Amino acid sequence: MAGQPIRKPTRLEPWQDAGQTPYVRIEKVTKTFGDFVAVDEVSLSIYRNEFFALLGGSGSGKTTLLRMLAGFEQPTEGKIYIDGVDMAGIPPYERPVNMMFQSYALFPHMTVEQNVAFGLKQDGVAKAEIRDRVTEMLGMVQLSAFGKRRPHQLSGGQRQRVALARSLVKRPKLLLLDEPLGALDKKLRERTQFELVNIQEKLGVTFIVVTHDQEEAMTMSSRIAVMNHGVIAQVGTPTEIYEYPHNRFVAEFIGSINMFDGRVVSTEGDQVLVASEEAGCELLIAHATPAPAGSPVSVAIRPEKIALSKEPLAGGDGRNQTTGIVREIAYLGDVSIYLVQLPTGKTVRVTAPNITRRTEMPITWEDEVTLTWRPFAGVVLTQ
Amino acid sequence: MKRFGFLSWALLFGYAFLYVPIALLVVFSFNESRLVTVWSGFSTKWYAELLHNDALLDAAFLSFQVAAVSATLSVLLGTCAGLALTRFGRFRGRTLFGGMITAPLVMPEVITGLSLLLLFVAMEQWLGWPDGRGVTTITIAHTTFTMSYVAVVIQSRLAGMDGSLEEAAMDLGARPAKVFFVITLPLIAPALVAGWLLAFTLSLDDVVVASFVSGPGSTTLPMVIFSSVKFGISPQINALATLMVLVVATGIFVASIVMARQERQRKRDEQMAIQNG
Amino acid sequence: MRTVVSVLVSGLSRIGLWGRGVVVAIPYLWLLLFFMVPFLIVFGISFSESIIAQPPYSSLVEWLTDEDAGTSKLQILLNISNYFRLGGDDLYILAYLNSLRIAAVTTLMCLAIGYPMAYAIAKADPARRGPLMMLVILPFWTSFLIRIYAWIGILKGNGVISNLLEWVGITSGPVEILYSDWAVYIGMTYCYLPFMVLPLYSTLEKMDPSLLEAAADLGSRPFKSFLSITLPLSLPGIIAGSLLVFIPAVGEFVTPELLGGPDTLMIGRVLWNEFFANRDWPVASAVAIALLLVLVVPIMIFQHVQGKQAEAGR
Ligand SMILES: Nc1ncnc2c1ncn2[C@@H]1O[C@H](COP(=O)(O)OP(=O)(O)OP(=O)(O)O)[C@@H](O)[C@H]1O
Ligand SMILES: [Mg+2]
Repeated sequence: MAGQPIRKPTRLEPWQDAGQTPYVRIEKVTKTFGDFVAVDEVSLSIYRNEFFALLGGSGSGKTTLLRMLAGFEQPTEGKIYIDGVDMAGIPPYERPVNMMFQSYALFPHMTVEQNVAFGLKQDGVAKAEIRDRVTEMLGMVQLSAFGKRRPHQLSGGQRQRVALARSLVKRPKLLLLDEPLGALDKKLRERTQFELVNIQEKLGVTFIVVTHDQEEAMTMSSRIAVMNHGVIAQVGTPTEIYEYPHNRFVAEFIGSINMFDGRVVSTEGDQVLVASEEAGCELLIAHATPAPAGSPVSVAIRPEKIALSKEPLAGGDGRNQTTGIVREIAYLGDVSIYLVQLPTGKTVRVTAPNITRRTEMPITWEDEVTLTWRPFAGVVLTQ
Repeated sequence: MKRFGFLSWALLFGYAFLYVPIALLVVFSFNESRLVTVWSGFSTKWYAELLHNDALLDAAFLSFQVAAVSATLSVLLGTCAGLALTRFGRFRGRTLFGGMITAPLVMPEVITGLSLLLLFVAMEQWLGWPDGRGVTTITIAHTTFTMSYVAVVIQSRLAGMDGSLEEAAMDLGARPAKVFFVITLPLIAPALVAGWLLAFTLSLDDVVVASFVSGPGSTTLPMVIFSSVKFGISPQINALATLMVLVVATGIFVASIVMARQERQRKRDEQMAIQNG
Repeated sequence: MRTVVSVLVSGLSRIGLWGRGVVVAIPYLWLLLFFMVPFLIVFGISFSESIIAQPPYSSLVEWLTDEDAGTSKLQILLNISNYFRLGGDDLYILAYLNSLRIAAVTTLMCLAIGYPMAYAIAKADPARRGPLMMLVILPFWTSFLIRIYAWIGILKGNGVISNLLEWVGITSGPVEILYSDWAVYIGMTYCYLPFMVLPLYSTLEKMDPSLLEAAADLGSRPFKSFLSITLPLSLPGIIAGSLLVFIPAVGEFVTPELLGGPDTLMIGRVLWNEFFANRDWPVASAVAIALLLVLVVPIMIFQHVQGKQAEAGR
């Protein structure tokens, strides 16, 4: 996984503190369109100052969930509380929430300044104050020089920043962002990610960001909820989601991963021993949830946690060790990806940093190699 | 529209405004009495009278002829104009051309009628043609003001159409004329039909321009209706109106059935394509 | 062989260009001859004198030959008295003002009825929009004259409205609405309504619904969102629809003739009477030119809006 968290680790992790009350509470919320269930009994608690990401594939119900928070859709079942207040029946224009739209939804007949001022005008803020706050906001998103332009005279990235300024100028307690960076190119996107996090920390706003870009979710957010077909597959910090996926879907959705099917042989403490024909060896996993012997499980191992060597390791116990033939090598600069075929036919993906210069080529096509990994590397997934 | 709110009432009012007069017209065409507003019993005698009104039938025949010819001419001219405006880029005099296409859409009929009449008179003086006024001059006049409508219909269809289809065909080696007949024409066919029907209706509806440019012996149906309406209410006109409504309703009904069938066919084809693909 | 091919190719491509030229030229020439030239003739005849002859107007240019001197000269006679007559006679001025007023009221009435309709249709379920729009356009396919005729039966004394009012007990005798300005307003609104709804609907339907959601999200109530977002964004539709109604309405003849009273003076009626009743073609031409002058600005705005829409559709 290439993304490095750009957020300083928060000292206080409110979701682990039982005394904290969540700012947003979503309780068993279901939304159906006709027969189609778009959001299925979702429950979530989101705390003040969090940068919370909703991650999932297309059509997994992220936008629908966000729209229910903003008040554009009513839940078919379940309740939504914001700051302890039940939101049922409260129209969007009375919620303490602002949203940044996927399409930006900038008013085409208004200038940048008028767009940003719109929300303040609705609250009857004094003219002078509106001017000050708009100026301040445009300065923050570095658009001071563009106040008199119309949206169609701006670039995609500038529009996106206007939309952000417009949704932030009312100083909402909660900001909803629907794929805020979807329309930007990679460079601009990375820069804006930093800006978003900075703004969020500076203003102390709670952000809920929808994205289908896992890298973006990993780098920006304090916690991630992974959605699949309207259901929350897992909630956790980026590290938890990446290192300890709860199920196959999360494991495969985030980054790439190798899956070995097998059966539990024995459990000793939190160490589980799994026999896998696919892997061609026994797999020992530390810190696993105990499972009864004989039950079918999958073992997930990240490609970067597997070591590759040309010489067979001497003195191993045969566990967490198998051999195969290199079929493909993809050179990515910092790392290389090796696709290694095991005698069972299974292809294993391994990433290794290019410590030495490429020209020396320690391992090449059709080499027979040994794959090894530590007991901490694997994760046992039931069902 | 969950609640029956202001908008629904507005819509209902609008449709009532549009349709109640027509409905009353139809109802009173079956009235026994000559008084069109007081019901005195069911009768179809006005239809019988209508069928024996030779002046009216002759005028109707003439109007249909004029409408058919001028609609066809204006589809030809309007298609050329629509093509010129959407596909030929800039050419000399395009602004004037565009202006001459859109102006007739809003030009008051009395002006169009008067100016065309004066043109025909002047032409007769100088060229000896047209010899007097009649069917020819009415047809030319109708073609002139209906071709604008056709051009606008075709222009919007062409503008909404993907120009890259034509470019692709040309890229594959088709000559412009061939591209037009093989690619463009089939794609704008619905607009051609709509344009023809529009031109036909407009021609069949026109009383002012025709009054200016017609001559003795070339009285169109609207002219006959106009003069009889001016002299007061006649249940025959109600009967005629009912027949027109019937024709239009039948046409719309058939058209919607055809379109629904095409739509279903298209869906089925798509389904097949998905299954096979 | 190569040269034969190249000659063929260049010949064919010349035909291609030539074909394009023809496609433009045919409608262009047609419009020049039957739309542009007639205006020039009308303009010319508006400066001639009415005479009893066939055709009933004097010639502007005359070729005078002086036998004695052996010279000849071209004499152009411009008679501007027709325009003085228009400016001097209250009848004409009143007719112009009346026409503008009636057209303006008609436009406002079309807007008042048409805007909510177009808005409601644009907000309706997508599958129902087509049929609902169809219902608006449908009456247009039946004869315009007959739709006017229908209102005669409704508006006249002892007509449908009169009887209804009497039956309800609001009035005690027959009410005659026919042959008044109100009858003209109603009839013209009725006939021009589809022309208002069509452009309004097409701008309202194109509007991105997320704009209204964004406004609500920023704290704007629905009615305020309508005023600050929907209304300004539908302005092109309002302008196009209003011009589509207003311009022809100013020169309308049939409706005031059939529904209006003798004192419902409209310029179209005046022109008609000068032409058919008085057989004064030069004055009729002058009236037409004066009417055109009033309409030139609205027509140009209309062409501008229309052109912009054609650009946007591309
Ligand atoms: N108004 C609606 N009517 C019917 N179905 C809807 C409606 N809105 C959303 N859906 C359906 O609900 C499902 C979830 O939609 P949603 O927009 O929440 O997905 P998403 O996770 O935001 O996807 P994406 O990443 O593509 O934006 C989709 O299958 C969609 O078709
Ligand atoms: Mg979405």
